[in-house]
Amino acid sequence: MSAIKYTFQIEKDDFSRAGEASSSIKKILMQVGSEPSLTRRVAIATYEAEMNIVIHSDGGTISVMIDPKCVMVLAKDNGPGIENIELAMKEGYSTATDRIREMGFGAGMGLSNMKKCSDEFSIESKIGEGTTIMMNMCVKEGE
Amino acid sequence: MKVKEVCQKINLGLLAGGEGLEREITGLYICDLLSWVMSHAVKGNAWITVQTHSNIIAVATLLDMSCIIIPEDMEVEEETLKKANEEKMPLLRSSQNSYDLVKEFLNHGIGK
Repeated sequence: MSAIKYTFQIEKDDFSRAGEASSSIKKILMQVGSEPSLTRRVAIATYEAEMNIVIHSDGGTISVMIDPKCVMVLAKDNGPGIENIELAMKEGYSTATDRIREMGFGAGMGLSNMKKCSDEFSIESKIGEGTTIMMNMCVKEGE
Repeated sequence: MKVKEVCQKINLGLLAGGEGLEREITGLYICDLLSWVMSHAVKGNAWITVQTHSNIIAVATLLDMSCIIIPEDMEVEEETLKKANEEKMPLLRSSQNSYDLVKEFLNHGIGK
């Protein structure tokens, strides 16, 4: 099986559809028979990426490249960019509004959850341009 | 124990997602911070939460939870019911609070 690629559009503030991209990605992984703990990690990471784009960005895309052993996730948004990445990566730090927090989001765990789920994780951000997150997740030995 | 059997034993009202009643409950999880739930809850958990917006269905589905239980007769949004039906994720409601629900679960030996 060669790598298959899917791209999902994520709209800013669209809470009624939020979670649909990550749910679709999980369904695709289940269909191709992906290993369950890899599927779980991809589900968590893409959910967090999707919610971050909905809550904090001006919209963006999530792409996944799936091959039998590894899943590469690329989450890209159109801005506004993260001022201090180090601070944003810190668990518990969030810039979410009170309204968002009342809905159970904005725990300041999104980026750290993504990193924990990934074997490789990178984040780049430019104010006024946007943020790109790359995550690579592979089946672990013995799974 | 199956969601269907638990519903009868501890008197949970089915709001939506009735096509998923055959799911197996393997334990309970209680939390309202969605990212926390995402990283700690596991497959088969019955999830008690006071969040009632439609995103809870995505969280439960992504983690393969067995059902969602809304405590204390809270109102649930129409969009959430629709999503629960689409995803066949049982959405249940109780008049009891989370603590009393846990006691009921333990009394019936569920999730032990």
